[in-house]
Order: sequence, then C-alpha cells, then structure tokens
Amino acid sequence: MKIIIDQDKCVASGQCVTAAVDVFDQRDEDGIVVLLNDNPPDDLAADVHQAAAVCPALAIVVED
Amino acid sequence: MKTEEAPRYPMTRASGCPFDPPPKLKELQEEAPLVKVKVFDKTAWLVTRYADQRRLLADPRISADVTEPGYPSQTAQPLRSDEGVGIGFILMDDPEHARLRRMVTAPFMIKRVEALRPAVQKIVDGLIDDLLAGPKPVDLMEAFALPVPSLVICELLGVPYTDHDFFQQNSKQLISLSSTPEERGEAHANLGGYLYNLVGEKLENPKEDLLSGLTERVKAGELTRQDAAGMGVLLLLAGHETTANMIALGTLALLEHPDQLAVLRETDDPKVVQGAVEELLRYLNITHNGRRRAVLEDIDFDGQLLKAGEGRIFPNDIGNRDPEAFPDPDRLDLHRDARHHVAFGFGVHQCLGQPLARMELQVVYSTLYRRIPTLRRAAELDEIPFKHDGSVYGVYSLPVTW
Repeated sequence: MKIIIDQDKCVASGQCVTAAVDVFDQRDEDGIVVLLNDNPPDDLAADVHQAAAVCPALAIVVED
Repeated sequence: MKTEEAPRYPMTRASGCPFDPPPKLKELQEEAPLVKVKVFDKTAWLVTRYADQRRLLADPRISADVTEPGYPSQTAQPLRSDEGVGIGFILMDDPEHARLRRMVTAPFMIKRVEALRPAVQKIVDGLIDDLLAGPKPVDLMEAFALPVPSLVICELLGVPYTDHDFFQQNSKQLISLSSTPEERGEAHANLGGYLYNLVGEKLENPKEDLLSGLTERVKAGELTRQDAAGMGVLLLLAGHETTANMIALGTLALLEHPDQLAVLRETDDPKVVQGAVEELLRYLNITHNGRRRAVLEDIDFDGQLLKAGEGRIFPNDIGNRDPEAFPDPDRLDLHRDARHHVAFGFGVHQCLGQPLARMELQVVYSTLYRRIPTLRRAAELDEIPFKHDGSVYGVYSLPVTW
C-alpha cells in the first residue's frame, strides 16, 4: 500500500485523523494533513481507505 | 403534447413526516439524476443522487461564488455584494477561499477539539443539573439545545456569552428565509458592528481565543479588521444555530424512535455514540435547502452537458437518503455505517466546524438520555413548530418533561 497526500488540496477537515490516527496527523499551524506513515501495515488498509473516501477535498490517494 | 412546468424548489415536506425530505424530491431522485427546477423566477438544476453530488461538489469548475451568473439564490432577493463580503469565504472560490479559510482552521483540528471535550462535558452536565432542578415541562430548545453550542462557540471565539440574547436574536433574523432583505441587512449590520468592536478590543488586549488569533493577521496586514469581523459573524452564526437544531431535532427524532433512543441510553461505548451521531446527521439534514453552486465552464457529465452559467443545487437531504449509498435509507438505524454522508456538504467548502459539531453532539447524545432516562415530549407531535421557513431546519421549541 502506498499513500499520497496533497497538502495544497487539503481543507483541514481532519477526517483522515479520525479514520486512521496512526497514519495521518494535522500540522499545528493550520490543521493541514501530515502523513505519518506512507506505507502502513495491511491491517490498517480498511481505515486508510475510509480516510481517503471521507476526505472532502479528495486530497488522499491510496495505491494498493 | 403537454409541456410540464418545472417544479419549484425548495419543496414542502409531507405533513406528519417532519424528519423526511419532501416526497416530491424523492420522486425526482428516482426519476433522474439531473432535474430542472424553478427557484423564484430563475431556472436551476438539481443534482439528485449521492455519488453525483460528491463528484460535482468536489469539482473546481463548480463555483460557490454567489455573484456568479446563474447562482441559485436562497432568497427572493439575492444577497447584495456587501452582504456577501461579510459572510466571507463560504461564498468564494479558491484560491482566495483557501487563503482565508486556512486562517481559521487550526482551532478545529481534531486534537484541539478533543482537548475541549472535558469543558463541553462540564457545560452539558451543568445545564442538565439546571434542567433537573428547574420547573417542568421545559422548552428543551431554549433551556439546553441553544445554550450548549452558544457557550462552546463563545468560549472558542472569545465572545462574551452574556451577550447571547443579542446575537441569538440577530442570527435568527439573519438566517430566516422569511426575513425581508431590510431585516436581514439590519441583523447583519448589528452582528457585524458588534464583532467589529470586539475585534477592536482584542487588537488592544489579545487573549487565547480565535478572534485574538485573527487580530494577528490584521496586524500583519493579511486581513482587514472588517474581514476579521465578518469571519467572526460567520463562525458565531454557524457555531450555534446548526448544532442547536441538531440537538433538539435529534432528540425529538429519538423520542419518536424509542428503540433507537435505547441504543444511546444503554451504551457507554464511544464508538456506538460516534456512529449514532453520524446516522442522525445523515437522517436529519438540518441544512435542508441544498448546497447552491454555479457552473463556471461547460462540463461533460456522463454524456450530458452542464453549461457554464447554469445554477446547480445539491440537496443533501435526498443525497443522504439515496438507496445506492445507504440501503433502506428512510430507516433511522444508529448501528449503520453512515460516516460517508454529505450532511456537512462535500468538496473544499465542507463545514469548517464539523469536528467541533460532532464532538458536541457526541457529548450531548451520550449524556442527556442517560441522565434523564424518562425524558419525553410534553406536547403532541403536530403541536411542535418546525422551522420549515429556516435555512437551517429544526424546531422552534420542544416542550419536554420527565
């Protein structure tokens, strides 16, 4: 699994953090997405896919 | 051959079904993904289905700018441009929208919202203590649903809660669809003036709150004092009207679905509570007049042309009742996975305050019915006044007892 984030598109909704807290974080100054792990273990796959699905800005792409 | 007149939007709900979208709207969704409607004296197109709503709301060729040709206004008399400026970035497109929005995103980060949870719990517990000690029946809207989010947003923004009568009254007047343009203008000027003065005070004496944070931007020349006040108006409005309605309408919906109310009353599992909040957001859709947009350039949409200059409306109430996305969509089922709903909108304009709203609702729904397990309506359902004329749906009052 490979995750690509786009900080320019991100609107800081934080829903990726809610979905997969071990993979996504938000930077302190404006809440924009930070990737903690771009190749997380397979047992987090469902959470990561949910994070991408609920991102309102389509700022997360997951390549399996 | 008979030419059918395009139906008018918005449409009315069926009597006796206060939680369901208008039946005509559901019919239109079944019939077609794109439906022409009349909005006052103009034409616009509804995007009726969930997947299409998400796809187009995330498309940068679809504009939220109220001044674009074709933009379907919520009110008979479109917003004047000076009102638009005050209401701020929600009616702008990127990159200016993103620049301004990012100035106020930090306080809504998940970890900062989580840090507020104990304070919100304390507010909720305190208000319930007061309810239990006070007379009954009581209007839950006035005594509980409105004060919870008002107290929270005041704390976050740095607005004195003692002024709540003033801003609740003006907010009500500003967002009521039955207000005249003069009344809206007056309410907007009142709120704008109030926030302008408050920003002035914070410029002199900054504190640890959102408005004080904005004064840093004013000092740096990135924002005018007027714009900072405008953002304050937006956040104050959005912060209490919406969540208050979700609390009261959600409670009424649960009282009408006792088996679902029992789910919340009997759990102490935060995951169950989180799921319940998502399902109530999906089911109730308090922003019931659709997201309004204008098409900026021609878009090929599965073989149909969306033309530049056309108005588009995205009714999230039927999007969230689309059987393709939510099986058996008209059933309130707190155990369903509803997280992908569009109650907060979708795309770059998705509700800024949604992490805060979610947390507040989680605290309220996990506390109120456990602490007052015998809570019940103190009026017949058909006596309860619903906000059919509001840009935010809900109840004007909810008499309850226990």
